[in-house]
Amino acid sequence: MFAKNLIEYWVPAASSYAHDIDFIFDLVFWIVIAFWFLLVEGVFLWLIVHFRKKDGKKAQYITGEMKHEKRWVSYPHYVIMACDVLIVVVAIQVWYKVKQDAPPPDETVRIVAQQWAWSFVHAGPDGKLDTADDIKTVDELHLEVGKTYQYKLEARDVLHSFSVPVFRLKQDAIPGRIVTGWFKPIKTGTYDIQCAEICGFGHGLMPGKVIIETPEQHMAWLGSHGMSMAAGE
Amino acid sequence: MSAAARPIATTRSSAGMPTGRLAVWWVIASEIVIFGGLIGSYVMFRLSHDAFTQQAAHTNTWIGTINTLVLLTSSLAAVLGHKYADAGDGPKAARQLYLTALGGFTFAFIKFVFEWPHEISEGFTISSSTFWSFYYTACGIHAAHVIAGVTIMLFIAPQAKKGIDLQRVELIGLYWHFVDVVWIFLFPLLYIAK
Amino acid sequence: MVVQHAEHHDEHAHHPKESWFKHYFLSTDHKIICFQYMFTGMAMALVGGFFAYVFRMQMAFPGQHVPGWGLVTPADYNMLITNHGAIMIFWVAMPVLIAAFGNYLIPLMIGADDMVFPRINRLSYQIFLLSAIILVSSFFVKGGGFAGAWTMYPPLSAKAQYSMTGDGSTVFVLAVALEFVAFLLGGINFVTTAMNSRAPGMSAYDIPMVVWMIVIASILFMASVGPLIAGAIMLLFDQRLGTAFFDPNRGGDPILWQHLFWFFGHPEVYVVLLPAVGMVAEIITTFSRKKLFAYGTVLHTAILTGVLSFTVWAHHQFVAGIDPRMANIFTVTTLIISIPIAEMMFVYVATLYGGSITLSTPMLWALGFIGSFLIGGVTGIFLGSSGADIYLHDTYFVLAHFHYTFFPIAIIGTYAGVTFWFPKMFGKMMNDTLGKIHFWLTFIPFNCIFIPLFFTGMLGDHRRIFDYSNFSELSTPMLEHLRAFATLSLIVMLFAQLIFIYNFVTSLLWGPTAEQNPWKSNTLEWTASSPPPHGNWPTLPTVYRGPYEYSHPDRKEDYWPQNVPS
Repeated sequence: MFAKNLIEYWVPAASSYAHDIDFIFDLVFWIVIAFWFLLVEGVFLWLIVHFRKKDGKKAQYITGEMKHEKRWVSYPHYVIMACDVLIVVVAIQVWYKVKQDAPPPDETVRIVAQQWAWSFVHAGPDGKLDTADDIKTVDELHLEVGKTYQYKLEARDVLHSFSVPVFRLKQDAIPGRIVTGWFKPIKTGTYDIQCAEICGFGHGLMPGKVIIETPEQHMAWLGSHGMSMAAGE
Repeated sequence: MSAAARPIATTRSSAGMPTGRLAVWWVIASEIVIFGGLIGSYVMFRLSHDAFTQQAAHTNTWIGTINTLVLLTSSLAAVLGHKYADAGDGPKAARQLYLTALGGFTFAFIKFVFEWPHEISEGFTISSSTFWSFYYTACGIHAAHVIAGVTIMLFIAPQAKKGIDLQRVELIGLYWHFVDVVWIFLFPLLYIAK
Repeated sequence: MVVQHAEHHDEHAHHPKESWFKHYFLSTDHKIICFQYMFTGMAMALVGGFFAYVFRMQMAFPGQHVPGWGLVTPADYNMLITNHGAIMIFWVAMPVLIAAFGNYLIPLMIGADDMVFPRINRLSYQIFLLSAIILVSSFFVKGGGFAGAWTMYPPLSAKAQYSMTGDGSTVFVLAVALEFVAFLLGGINFVTTAMNSRAPGMSAYDIPMVVWMIVIASILFMASVGPLIAGAIMLLFDQRLGTAFFDPNRGGDPILWQHLFWFFGHPEVYVVLLPAVGMVAEIITTFSRKKLFAYGTVLHTAILTGVLSFTVWAHHQFVAGIDPRMANIFTVTTLIISIPIAEMMFVYVATLYGGSITLSTPMLWALGFIGSFLIGGVTGIFLGSSGADIYLHDTYFVLAHFHYTFFPIAIIGTYAGVTFWFPKMFGKMMNDTLGKIHFWLTFIPFNCIFIPLFFTGMLGDHRRIFDYSNFSELSTPMLEHLRAFATLSLIVMLFAQLIFIYNFVTSLLWGPTAEQNPWKSNTLEWTASSPPPHGNWPTLPTVYRGPYEYSHPDRKEDYWPQNVPS
């Protein structure tokens, strides 16, 4: 109906599955808010106005136990059940795509959350994590647009949560565990990372940035960073 | 509150069960959920941690067995107490209650004077490992319920001896059977499954 | 039976005049205990509301001095939101909706002279009061009050090195645990009294809906809180005794806490919902002069909702690191539970059909409840859909959703109940004009606070963040305006509560005397005097019909009290 999904009007959709998540949001909106909520609230308000006390007019004695009365509640009820089934099916499909069905990754990145900063270990020019040329950064995650990334998310102390609104991604980081997931950036730009699990006084003081670069920009970053790493380490 | 000053509400029984008994079942139900949560958590840990299971080898099965027998015997006394109370025999019911209380006291005595000090001296404290954390927490909360039960019995028994509020003998007996049942779950989980 | 009555009556006729202290503080009368819970709950609401004012001011004007507080540091902010949440749920909603109204209404509505165990009733309040005092004392211990959110997730809540509120964390957990014990004790009375002490002739389907709802809520509470009590003990031991139940470095599991918490946490929302929904039933039937539509359906959906509430808890944990396959199960169960609740709402709306509606103050509140709870309910669908929740979790969308459920429950529901039963409780009438002004000045600002927050959440505002200036995407003028608008609406709403306080106090002291049944309602409490004496009636009533026989075709009067023979 609209050119863009609702959320996308305000928040860019920068990952390959952002549109899927936006779709389910929109589906629920149109079914549950635009149709059901307005209908029920409308009927509710109409009843209040229409059945205001009028002198001489007694209220009706309706038990609600008669079949023809119960139908007014049970029929809408069945339609709601059908809507719920549709919503559940779509929701599970989207969930499966994002959280269960990870495509083979082009590269792996390690994301470490701690009180109160994000640090990242990029695979570096050789494309392999946990090798000598890995690039470590604090608060900035450098990505190449169009590449499929697997992330390994860790927490050093308490629970944190890696949240990138433009990816529509969120995943809690649990100390003592490595949680894997994936994302594929489809739009260049610099966007916010937020922590989405209260982690102490500094919970609001650990903003991060995803910097999604074109292949050329990313190559340049790898190169420049690699040199300074070699020099500084 | 004397019988005459009790609300009429207390004497009714639209549900067919005397209110005292209904109340005790309520208390037991809430305790089941509390212990259920604790024991459920224990089971989850046990199923996922081998090291956990290894620690269980160090509990003292003999003491556990003796304590189980003590508790079961005390439950028998509670049953007899109920029987006498139903028959209206206050003094006999009171004696059985005192015996039950003695069993509970013995249980706690064995645990706190022999079992735990020995385990602690061997280095198995509440913070030694998650197994021992569960062991002391679960047994500790259970023991607290044993002591609470004994205390309540010591209030009910003297009254029962005088023939007052005999229905309470059954009620504390019900509670005591519950305390017993919890132990029946804890004993195999902590002492036998090694 | 007659002899008992006489004895009972004489017992009180010769009762020596109680001292003021004994009457108000040591009473075992269920009506006094109601007031104790109600006023304690309202006092705690002032604390929780003040905290909301402070942190909303920080949201609207970050880094500015807040009148009445000063600068809001990140530590302050976390402490304020943590305790706002905990206070509103545990020390306002529960005591007022369940303990206060439950205590007042259950004996009166079933025709009993008091609760079955008056001394346990008194004890439950005393423990509750203690828990409230302990909670407030947590603000004054070294390190300040607990600041790790009302959900208390470890390791943050378990280790002082992370939370920096070592003592505050412990005192907080103790306060919550004691509150649980108080309500378990209270539940003994609610359930046994309602089940056992009904007036002769009152069958199960003759029980007023609010009594059923409070009973179901009590059972739900009891059945769900156990694991969390176990968890609270484990958390306390982790904090103080060096255990490692939730410490991943030593074999523990932080996610275990989450399961224990939410296994209780989800049924808990229905624990507070059902009593409010019950009170709304009493009010809309009285003020539309109509029988409750399909009493049986309301009852069965309430029970079904209660049972199903045990199957949905992990929808709070979709992205928490649970097995992704589990998430699918919980999406299904969560959407399933929306069905009986929707049916309940439809039945309430259907009750209005064919009615003769008077928009008195209590009726405005009751209708306001239905209209706004609908928003809370439908927005839950977004969050229950696992795919969408990936984006919406921990944003203000969640916050707006649960305020659209909790606020109608705890605030609108309370005002509905208070304005409706005030004449019975205090023997005076509240001023209806002031009541209506208070309603609109609360209801409209309430919507003005939380509708914007749906949008800020959709646009990326995450929860529990004290200042969005660090996030470029969240420092836009639109978001700043939305946040400020929400805060200013809150200020208006808070001032409007002064109208209620004024109305309450002046009516209590100087209001017109209330007759016995000013609303011409059917249920038994309206057959006692306003206010009822100790023991409620000189002779306890007998019941001949259900509670909602309004506008019966065979009757001239449009109501038919339950205790009238025919």
